[in-house]
Amino acid sequence: MARATRKTPSKPGGGKAASGKAPAKRTARKTAAKRGPAAGEAVIPLPDRDTTFSLYRQMLLIRRFEEKAGQMYGMGLIGGFCHLYIGQEAVVVGLQSVKEPQDPVITSYRDHGHMLACGIDPKAVMAELTGRAGGLSKGKGGSMHMFSREKGFYGGHGIVGAQVPLGTGLAFAQKYQQTNGVSLTYFGDGSANQGQVYESFNMAELWRLPVLYVIENNQYAMGTAVRRASAQAELFRRGESFNVPGKPVDGMDVLAVREAGREALDFIRGGNGPMILEMKTYRYRGHSMSDPAKYRSKEEVNRMRAEHDPIDQLKKRMLAEGMADEAALKEVDREVKAVVSEAAEYAQNCPEPDPSELYTDVLIDA
Amino acid sequence: MTVTVTMPALSPTMTEGTIARWLVKEGDSVNAGDVIAEIETDKATMEVEAADEGTVGRILVPAGSENVQVNTPIMILLEEGEDASALDQAAPVQPAPAPAAATPAAAPAPTPSPVPAALASPAAEEEIPAGVPMRTMTVREALRDAMAEEMRRDERVFLMGEEVAQYQGAYKVSQGLLEEFGDKRVIDTPITEHGFAGLGVGAGFGGLRPIVEFMTFNFAMQAMDQIINSAAKTLYMSGGQMGCPIVFRGPNGAASRVAAQHSQCYASWYGHVPGLKVVAPCSAADAKGLLKAAIRDPNPVIFLENEILYGHSGEVPEIDDFVLPIGKAKIVRPGKDVTIAAFSIMVEKAMSAAEALAEQGIDAEVIDLRSIRPLDMATVCASLRKTNRLVTCEEGWPQYGVGAEIAARAMEEAFDYLDAPVVRVTGADVPMPYAANLETLALPQPETIIEAARRVCYR
Repeated sequence: MARATRKTPSKPGGGKAASGKAPAKRTARKTAAKRGPAAGEAVIPLPDRDTTFSLYRQMLLIRRFEEKAGQMYGMGLIGGFCHLYIGQEAVVVGLQSVKEPQDPVITSYRDHGHMLACGIDPKAVMAELTGRAGGLSKGKGGSMHMFSREKGFYGGHGIVGAQVPLGTGLAFAQKYQQTNGVSLTYFGDGSANQGQVYESFNMAELWRLPVLYVIENNQYAMGTAVRRASAQAELFRRGESFNVPGKPVDGMDVLAVREAGREALDFIRGGNGPMILEMKTYRYRGHSMSDPAKYRSKEEVNRMRAEHDPIDQLKKRMLAEGMADEAALKEVDREVKAVVSEAAEYAQNCPEPDPSELYTDVLIDA
Repeated sequence: MTVTVTMPALSPTMTEGTIARWLVKEGDSVNAGDVIAEIETDKATMEVEAADEGTVGRILVPAGSENVQVNTPIMILLEEGEDASALDQAAPVQPAPAPAAATPAAAPAPTPSPVPAALASPAAEEEIPAGVPMRTMTVREALRDAMAEEMRRDERVFLMGEEVAQYQGAYKVSQGLLEEFGDKRVIDTPITEHGFAGLGVGAGFGGLRPIVEFMTFNFAMQAMDQIINSAAKTLYMSGGQMGCPIVFRGPNGAASRVAAQHSQCYASWYGHVPGLKVVAPCSAADAKGLLKAAIRDPNPVIFLENEILYGHSGEVPEIDDFVLPIGKAKIVRPGKDVTIAAFSIMVEKAMSAAEALAEQGIDAEVIDLRSIRPLDMATVCASLRKTNRLVTCEEGWPQYGVGAEIAARAMEEAFDYLDAPVVRVTGADVPMPYAANLETLALPQPETIIEAARRVCYR
């Protein structure tokens, strides 16, 4: 695995380079997640109407799906752990909109949004949550363990950080098979402290693997704020000692996510090895359904919702720039609600897996 | 007094080696620390330094000599003031049992009780058609050939691990593979087991057929989460959509004098896990046929090798595509009085125990389990129905071990045929000690097996 000469990614849009910055900037960075585009930063133009509507629709689908999942969990229809993606929709929707079809996606257990963004049938996802035969994993995986090779979605992994070497391996397979694909490997701020993440960074850079590490920094690893667990809280800088460039992105702004994603994917596809995007985002709900989220204030959550909600932000732009009127957006809302209702209906009426399924799928017949 | 330089032991398991070349000739004077020869061990080519100063009096073993036993005199060094006439009184050219070696590394490798170099009775091997030409090779070569053949056959197969490429394998198992297949398919990794095991599993998900070598399975404990949670469980968790075809292989169990953290048998650890296959061959033929099967298997396979067995030879059929089914035990010595079920290096010890038992009038049937999961209880129980007595052998610890499982299953599946309680021969229930005498005590020896067999025969 020979090394080529390293190129440095260009960083328009005000992103900080991964290297060369003294840690003195810490205090300034502290508020990065809580602000919108900095003064003087160019406003990213809306894409064409179809694309913009699709982004809006996708984010709304995830939001409504997750709200419904939360509701069904409360009704006892969904068991076990259930981690909702509400608040973080712009990250996966933005990146999915700029990736190529062959690019594999892998993430942690907070995975419902990723599956919907990958185009997996909401009925199959919801039926998996209810543990039914029609679920994506025939009811054997549950919320945290779903996969669709057909849609390029490789899970759905329940062990914090384990998907990072796996995603690096998917990148290895892309390079080996010369697919020109880039592995989109998502993980959270909690995972960012796992040793295997750094083992992966090292190998990915050493072998120039086409992998985009997407750190979804939603500020809390379960109940522990980033600053309480991370000696270097600027997570986009975590690749520095491996020469993996990184960049912080406003993960609440789907347009910023798209722009950063496009640049990063181009850079990686150009044979330059891995890159890190730290998506500054926020989850509105607790870590899982059983988390009362006492570690943060109501005000903090309300402020994020009011000022940075990814769906509201896009909606405001669409209305202000005359791309859509209220009626058109209402129509999208209605469509999405119908899809989610249908999924919920299916997931409740679908039978449980046949008892004979207990012993299937342990091994493939050789 | 002349100084006799003997063949040094340059690795914990080395018993013989090849004198690749001499860097001195007769009449040369040498100082302590000068490189005098290059010796090929079972693992690597090593330089041998002189431990004393003097003049090279006579080279006893010429360059190119193979299979030179450890402690064989290889050179005579004349001390200051001595001339060639002193050579006449020097050591004769034959293996010297004395540990009085000139090189500091020349302590004799403590080999456990003598074991047969190659397993007898390949004739009893129904998997090999009669009349097939056989070739004698080491387990090491058989493993290498298995990988090379599968890599030629399937472009998706690649090998990764520590020192597998440029170094040619820490135990030389991957010798020559880099040269044939290039660095795209034979990949040296950093020392990062957790990371590269996970990377391998991801590559398996992504459509490749990885062979991940652990330098030893002791280090795979760092990768346990990826092996169990990612490789073994994903097929089930995905409702059968996404499996992981991958082989994790490397030496397992005790080598020799490497103490607690490097001497552990993991057969029962992996054997516990649904979603894995676990293979532990003993003979060269099984090593080849089963590794080829493991590489083709669509499931994750744990392939447990043994460092001491690497250098042991056996006959391997010269068939184009010699593949053995995973999950079938083999009767390596038929007998009627007691069944001895063993795997990996314990099969060799069980065989030498069986020979000794025969002299005592006990006809033991020795079963090489070959596969730990699935476990071929059908073969064990069939044997048990004939002998009515069962001894299990493993290097691992007794509690919850492979023997514990076999004993429980024998009770469940063949209770009425048991004429005596099953006896487990296992490693001692302690971390592996370093001291040679304690290590021997900690590992099951043929004598332990003989005693166990006599016990179940009430003799």
